[in-house]
Amino acid sequence: MSDVATSLQADRWSRAMRHPNFLIGAVLTGLLAAFALLSLVWTPHPFDAVAISERMQGPSAAHWLGTDHFGRDIATRLMIGARNSIVVGVVAVGIGMLVGVTLGVLAAARSGWIDEIVTRGSDVVFAFPAIVSAILITAIFGPGAVNAIIAIGIFNIPVFARVSRGAARQVWGLEYTRAGLAIGKSKAAVTRDHVLPNIASVLIVQATIQFAVAILAEAALAYLGLGTQPPAPSWGRMLFDAQTFMILDPKLAVLPGLAIALAVLGLNLLGDGLRDVLDPRLRAERIG
Amino acid sequence: MKITMHGAATALALGLAVLAAPPAMAQSKDTLTLGFTLEPPHLDPSAGAAGAIDATVYANLFEGLTRIDENGAVQPQLATSWTVSDDGLVYTFKLKNGVTFHDGTTFDADDVVFSLDRARAEDSVNAQKQLFAAIDKVEAVDPGTVRITLSRPEGALLFNLGWGDAVIVAPESADNNKVSPIGTGPYKFDRWVKGDRVKLVAVDPARQIQSVNFRFIPDPSAQIAALRAGDIDAITNLNAPEAVIAFQADPNFEVSIGSTEGETILAMNNTRPPLTDIRVRRAIAHAIDRQAIVDGAMFGFGTPIGSHFAPHHPAYVDLVATYPHDTAKARALLAESGQSDLKLTLKLPPPTYARRGGEIIASQLKDAGIAVEIIPVEWAQWLEQVFRGTNYDMTIVSHTEPMDIGIYARDKYYFNYDSPALKAVMDKLNATSDPNTRNALLGEAQKIVTGDSVNAFMFQLARLGVWRKGLKGMWRNAPVQATDVTGVRWE
Repeated sequence: MSDVATSLQADRWSRAMRHPNFLIGAVLTGLLAAFALLSLVWTPHPFDAVAISERMQGPSAAHWLGTDHFGRDIATRLMIGARNSIVVGVVAVGIGMLVGVTLGVLAAARSGWIDEIVTRGSDVVFAFPAIVSAILITAIFGPGAVNAIIAIGIFNIPVFARVSRGAARQVWGLEYTRAGLAIGKSKAAVTRDHVLPNIASVLIVQATIQFAVAILAEAALAYLGLGTQPPAPSWGRMLFDAQTFMILDPKLAVLPGLAIALAVLGLNLLGDGLRDVLDPRLRAERIG
Repeated sequence: MKITMHGAATALALGLAVLAAPPAMAQSKDTLTLGFTLEPPHLDPSAGAAGAIDATVYANLFEGLTRIDENGAVQPQLATSWTVSDDGLVYTFKLKNGVTFHDGTTFDADDVVFSLDRARAEDSVNAQKQLFAAIDKVEAVDPGTVRITLSRPEGALLFNLGWGDAVIVAPESADNNKVSPIGTGPYKFDRWVKGDRVKLVAVDPARQIQSVNFRFIPDPSAQIAALRAGDIDAITNLNAPEAVIAFQADPNFEVSIGSTEGETILAMNNTRPPLTDIRVRRAIAHAIDRQAIVDGAMFGFGTPIGSHFAPHHPAYVDLVATYPHDTAKARALLAESGQSDLKLTLKLPPPTYARRGGEIIASQLKDAGIAVEIIPVEWAQWLEQVFRGTNYDMTIVSHTEPMDIGIYARDKYYFNYDSPALKAVMDKLNATSDPNTRNALLGEAQKIVTGDSVNAFMFQLARLGVWRKGLKGMWRNAPVQATDVTGVRWE
């Protein structure tokens, strides 16, 4: 048993190391996380230190990426923006997973009317484009980082409900779950011991992708003025502020734009890579 | 085969011709399209406070007995001349002959009586009823003459009658002016596409500019793009000062830096502790760096002010040095008042000067030891919460009415300031018509308001106009919130 597990691990590891998408994605995501963590303990400057006389400077030893239209340090604001993005991603995906996966596995285990409600409910929420739902929610409850996170979390729920329901139903069709029931385990116990571990890889992949979607959505909401409120930095807000300064100083828009693009690209590549590395079906194909 | 070839060649030539035509040529020279940030809620200037109404219809569609010109001077309009009695209480106006309203009805003294009585009536919805406060009665002497009798001298009567709120309307059409305005101006109402534009067309077919479109584009970047693309010919007040620099370098556009009547202030709620304490209000005044705000929020466009008064007015007293930027002084005043860990909220309406100015002020107040929470609000919320509800600590707003220091003497105005000394000065002012005495009283009022540090006075809002080269006669300054296009032409 342990031999099998070890070989499985080693196999995954070697496949990961040979997977360029996974590597690039992991490095970009790692950098994002590193900058965000660093900003907790240290930033080059205070993020809200306005110095009008130093506005829109180019990169220098004092300001590595230059200063914005208020003379604030762009590198500092990007770092805190990264932290902000990660918080949004983690909490929003967390909300989506917690509620969505619970509903999904419940639907798969019980089928019948619960399944109907969960599936149709997901369809209804899905019918509204994610960003529109998020705008709706922030419009009702007011703009702000917390409401933006909740809004993005809510539109993550049906994504996870669907994915986990589909994957869980497949697992319920396999012999070992039947065997579990036959030896007297409850459905909840089978779900905990067999279904969840077996759909974990699918969920991890989905979570990575949703993380990227959440970062984009937060940037969009902040850009529209519904997300993080000034003076707290957020990448989307930085883009919005830069709009009218584009001609005078393009870096004000290019830098946060690049940060969003790299973070989303990194997470998407990581998600793709993880799917290839973790997905048992692909492995089966390869062995076959 | 030959025909096809010909066709193709013609099509190609036409295509090239279309591509080669510069955007300026595509715009025919008998129309004028102007870009605005705010859409008016309706089009009756005698029934609403929104400046966007006047910006559309003032002088173009509606006319008053007098009008205010580009420099803030009073000019005759529907009244061609007037005489004032020696005691300053009776004004007799001679009216213009042969004027008709856009619906064909004739204009005469009865319309003036109707309009002014309607504006100052008990149940009037006029937003500036104080303009007419001194009027005792308005009478038609004959169809071409109107006599206005005052209950007390009113030095500013002719100026007041030039406001958009005092325009002359007809009894036949007055009730419908909100949606289909009928006036006496050189342009009449054509249509209003909600959310997009108001179109006015010339009454006189000989006018060079036959139609004027007022387009409403809330977003400054979209305004700039529309101007560059030739969709609009002019922006009278660009909400993005940084973009002016680029337009200044562009030979296709003319940039005009004028001044407005907009005193931009950090307003404080004078009845909400700890802002009740004059030392706290003075500390805030010392904590802000006006020049940094003008530079950072307005790109250097704007003049620092020390009171609620426009620097270009003859009665202006320079009080900028009363509270110089001095963070240490601010901290000392706060300590003296016993305040520590002071936390205040700052509600910011949408304009650039407020949102950007607010971020800079928050940073400056933080340096002085005051933590500021910024709350961005939309205009509707601002009117509801700040202006009517006075539920706020601080806010930033530009007061664009001309000569409006009188708001400090009003009861329950939104900064909740109550000063018997100022009220006495304003009462004296209302009863004075001698210009020199009036200016001296206005100077006194400025000193009282600044002495009490009612609000922190920041800067006079600049008017940043950008228009296509060849457009002549646009206003540089904005003494009233008007877009008078009656003198505008293409060259």
